[in-house]
Formats: sequence, structure tokens, C-alpha cells
Amino acid sequence: MPTLQIREALREAMDEEMARDDRVFVMGEEVGYYEGAYKCTQGLLAKYGEQRVVDTPIAEAGFAGVGVGAAMAGLRPIIEFMTFNFSAVAFDQILNNAAKMRHLTGGQFTVPMVFRGPNAAAHMLSSTHSQAFESFYCGFPGVKVVSVATPYDAKGLLKSAVRDENPVIFFESEVMYGVKGEVPEGEYLIPIGEADIKRPGDQVTVITWGQGVPTALEAAKMAEENGIDAEVIDLRTLRPLDKDAILNSVRKTNRVVVSYHGWPYGGTGAEVADLIARECFYDLDAPVERVCYEDINFSYAENLEQLAIPSPKQIYEAIAKVAYHSL
Amino acid sequence: MTPTTSPTQAPDKDEVVRVFKEMLRIRRFEELASRAYTQGKISGFLHLYIGQEAIAVATADLMKDGDRVVTTYRDHGFAVALGCEPQRCMAELFGKKDGLVGGVGGSMHFFDRDKGMWGGYAIVGGHLPVAAGHAFASKYTGDGAVTLCFLGEGAMHIGATHEGMHLAGLWKLPIVFVVENNQYAMGTPLKRQTLVDDLTVRAPAYRMTSDRWEVTDVFETRRRLSEAVERARTDNQPALIELLTYRFRGHSMSDPAKYRTKDEVEVQRKKDPLYRTEQSLREDHGFGDDAIEAIDDAIVEEMQAAVDFAEASPQPDPEHRFRNHLVEDD
Repeated sequence: MPTLQIREALREAMDEEMARDDRVFVMGEEVGYYEGAYKCTQGLLAKYGEQRVVDTPIAEAGFAGVGVGAAMAGLRPIIEFMTFNFSAVAFDQILNNAAKMRHLTGGQFTVPMVFRGPNAAAHMLSSTHSQAFESFYCGFPGVKVVSVATPYDAKGLLKSAVRDENPVIFFESEVMYGVKGEVPEGEYLIPIGEADIKRPGDQVTVITWGQGVPTALEAAKMAEENGIDAEVIDLRTLRPLDKDAILNSVRKTNRVVVSYHGWPYGGTGAEVADLIARECFYDLDAPVERVCYEDINFSYAENLEQLAIPSPKQIYEAIAKVAYHSL
Repeated sequence: MTPTTSPTQAPDKDEVVRVFKEMLRIRRFEELASRAYTQGKISGFLHLYIGQEAIAVATADLMKDGDRVVTTYRDHGFAVALGCEPQRCMAELFGKKDGLVGGVGGSMHFFDRDKGMWGGYAIVGGHLPVAAGHAFASKYTGDGAVTLCFLGEGAMHIGATHEGMHLAGLWKLPIVFVVENNQYAMGTPLKRQTLVDDLTVRAPAYRMTSDRWEVTDVFETRRRLSEAVERARTDNQPALIELLTYRFRGHSMSDPAKYRTKDEVEVQRKKDPLYRTEQSLREDHGFGDDAIEAIDDAIVEEMQAAVDFAEASPQPDPEHRFRNHLVEDD
């Protein structure tokens, strides 16, 4: 099976979908002639031309809104944000137009489109460029939210996102575009809304997504070395949540750590913890632990940045805590 | 609905009667809506178009199949002019099941896709990029449609307006932006919003053609608007047009409009295109009080029937609130 980087898997997904459906186009800053700030769109301009690989000026509200309007008129846009940090200035277009249009028009219009790009902290970019947006985009109805951590998932889920009839927020990561993994040749789709067990285990459940996946897998390895068998669940879709996958694992292990690269307050991790508390409180043998960003704005300085991001050691300590295991 | 004369021809009597009726339908629709609001039958916000009707009527005459109107929350006039059924419009204002969008949108969110009524947007300026997106799709697919995007002068100062216009200009999209300058952004007059008098000064920066006039005559408005629409349709040449108009009511029903004088309103009344068209019927075409009243009575009857329909329409089904958030919710 071929080994691809995440950026290559994303590119294959876009390439295949553009070849399959001429309504699909890519729009964003530097997606064409520059071939993508992170090279996700490399080669697409040469293959599909300027009409379908559209470079934009720096105008996120403008081109996000153009995507909404084009989708309402029957096209299937893929809008690339160079980072989701820049989606903040396009938030009105996503919140008030993309997410609401179908409901607001009594079903007269659909908005089949993808907003994709890197999310959460990369490395030493300070506060404005180090933000995790899942809590914002999962916080209102009318959208689906996906977060990918492997090349296999990246390709299969992006293809599903392009074919979805709803607006899909699709999170990637600057620091993970080079992550390699096996991707089967040819057509395959991963359904939106299904979590994936990245590592099976039966003593502690670690629920994570995005950048949290490799961190959690490292922590699980540390746990294994210390005699604890942890299961790592990659949610992959953050809205709608795969409740069955979460609850089945918790009912098996009775111990949970929610671990992710994002802020703690009122976010997706809190939603997962709330779900577990409501649906399977009596299955729990320990309170749910949460390991995530510190509740602070990020700093440029490397030591300050790294302290704010969950480490495998911190996650391992949380695993040990819910397992009542001495460190 | 169909004009009996082309946009550039002088109107004959039938045509004057037709546009008079179309403008009067909007005015009477809104007057009855206004009354229903004061009776507590309509709630939320209600932004009336009274005084600006000629713009919607002129626009509707220029629309071809597939063309789209995208406008603000002051949207009843366009809906009625584009042929949306008044009873369904009124039912929407009443929050009823038979409303244009099933009662989920209310006054500010009228949509009727097949009639070319593509919204109904309530976040100021937020619809300009979307309208540019419709025009982008037209150019992409070659469907030959034109998008007409209306905004108030108050929307000229927010970022999304600039970005939408900028991309439309850069990509030469088939779109006409029309600023309906009704002089006040809520209660703030234009001179306290911007230091320029002429809002089309931005057009050259977007490489758009521009035009600007005071809307006192529906036929002049239709003729000059048609030039921009045809350039958009045939040459992908976007335009920025500023129409000087006037709303006789407050910003919304809660606004008593104390920021203007009676004299100002009196001057504007004489310029009101509906009033002037009525004068033309009387002076140029021999209409007397009885003939005008007969037209008016028929229209009031039509709009009262719309109110009666709206009152009789049931509330949306409780389960309806779960529909349409995602496609699979249906």
C-alpha cells in the first residue's frame, strides 16, 4: 500500500473529487500559482486551470461568502483557509450564511461546501496564530465538523466532506501535514460521524482528535509500559459526535481521559465529558479527567508555548490517575 | 407583470397603469402589515419599504429567468414585485405555516428561489459576498444570469461590502450592486456616516461602471438600471449604482423617525414615484378620482385577502423546528 503524507492524501482527495465532479472547485489564498501555503493543492492549477483553482486576494469574509453563494447556486466549493485563525474574519459568513441558509430558506437552498485548513497551535506563532477553533465551530447547528490525524482519514473524510450536502468544517494541522501513513490506491470514503479506535485497549479510554491523536498514542505507550492497557479513540468527526463509539468504550473500560489540543472552557472536550456523565455515570469507576491546553493565550517563547500544550506525560499521568495506579 | 413597453421606450397608458398598480400593491401590502403589527399580530422587526417601491418594480421588469435579487432585511417590496404570492408573504410576517419560508424567517428573511427572490439578509453587508458567489457561479457555469444585489447606504461602511465588491470587480462577475440610499442608516444621516456625498466614487477602484440618480420616476429608473444589467449580462461588467430614495417610515416599526423634519418629509412626498405616477395618470391619461379609487380598492382587497389568509393559516407544526438544519433532517 502506498505511503503518503497528510498533505498528499488531501491533495489526492481534492484531485479525485474535482475529476469526478466539475462543480467542485478550490478557492483560497495561494492555492493556485503558489500551490498552497502548505502545498496541499500542489499540481491542481496545472491540471484544472484558473477557473477551478482560484487564487484570491486576502479577503476571507469575501471568498468564504463567495463560496456560500456559489454553493447555493449549485457549485461545490472547497474553501481553503491558510489557517483557521484567519477564518475569524469570515465567521459571519460561516455562522450566519453557511450554517443557517437551509433552515432559513425552509429548505429551498442547500450549501454543499467545505471550509478546510489547519487548526490549533503549530509552533511558536504566538497567540493570534495558535488557536483551536473546534469549540467555536461545534458550538452552533447547521454544520458538520471534521478533524483528521492520519493520511488515510484525511483522504477518506475529505472526499466525504466534498460530497456532503451540508457545510463541513474540516480541520487539519500545520505540524501534521508531513505525517506519513498508508493510503490504499483508488476510491474509498470514510463516513462523516464515525469515530475510529486508533489503539484498542480495555482498561482506560482516551478520547481525542486532531493533534491530540499522536500525543495520546504516545501516552498509551507509556501506560502500556506501566501495565495499563489504554484504548485511544479518535473522534474524527466532532459534530455530530459518534456517541456509540464513546459510550461503548467507556462501558468497557469504566475510566476516561478526554485529551485534546484545544482550550478547556465550554468546548468540545466539555461536551464529551458531559455526554459521558449523563449517559454512563454509573459505569464510571473514576471521575472523567481532561487534559488540554491551559486556559491562557499562547506565547511565542518555546518554553511558554510547550507548557500550555498537553504532553504525553501529562496524559499518561491522567490515565494513571483514573486507573488509581501509582506513578 | 410583463412590461408592455421595452425599458427604453416611452410608456403608454397601459404601462403607466401597470407600474402604478405594482407600486401600489407593495405600499398597500406594507400598510396592512404595519396595521397588523400595531395590532400585535406581527412581531419581531418590521422594516417598511414605503417610498422605495419604484426600485423593486423597475428591477422586477428587468429580470429574466435565472436572474437573482439579493437584498437586505427591507425585503417585502422585492418579494411582492417579483411575484411572490402576497398571502404567503403576509403569512411569513405572521409566523405561520404557509409563510414564504414556513414561518422560520419572518420579515427580514424572505426567500423564494423560483421567483428570483434569493433573500432577505439581516446582517448588514453580509450578503454582498454571497451575491458575488451567485454571480461567480453564473460565470463558472455560463448560465447567462445576472445577480442584482441591493444594499442600504449604511452598508457601505462595513468590511464585507468592500470584500464582496472587490472580488466581483476583480473577477469581472455578472452582478449589479445597487445602493438604495434612503438617507438614513437607522437614525444616522449619511453625512455623519461618511465624508463623501457620492457613494459611487468607489466604483473606479473596483473597475466597475457606475451611475447615480434620484428615484422619482420608475421608468427612468428602469431604463438606467437596464443599461447596467445588460452590460453585466453580455460583458460580465459589474456595476455600482447609487439610487437616491427615501423611506417615509422609520427604520423599523419601533422608530418614530424624530431625526427629520416635517418640511423634509413634505419635500420628499412630492418626489415619491408612486405619487408622481398617480399624478401622471390624472394629468396625462385622464384618470379621475373614481378610476384611481377603483384601482386602489381592488388592490386593498387583494392585500386584505392576504391578511385574512395569514390569520387563518396555522402555526408551524411543533416538529418543524427540527427540520432543515442539515439536509438529512428532512
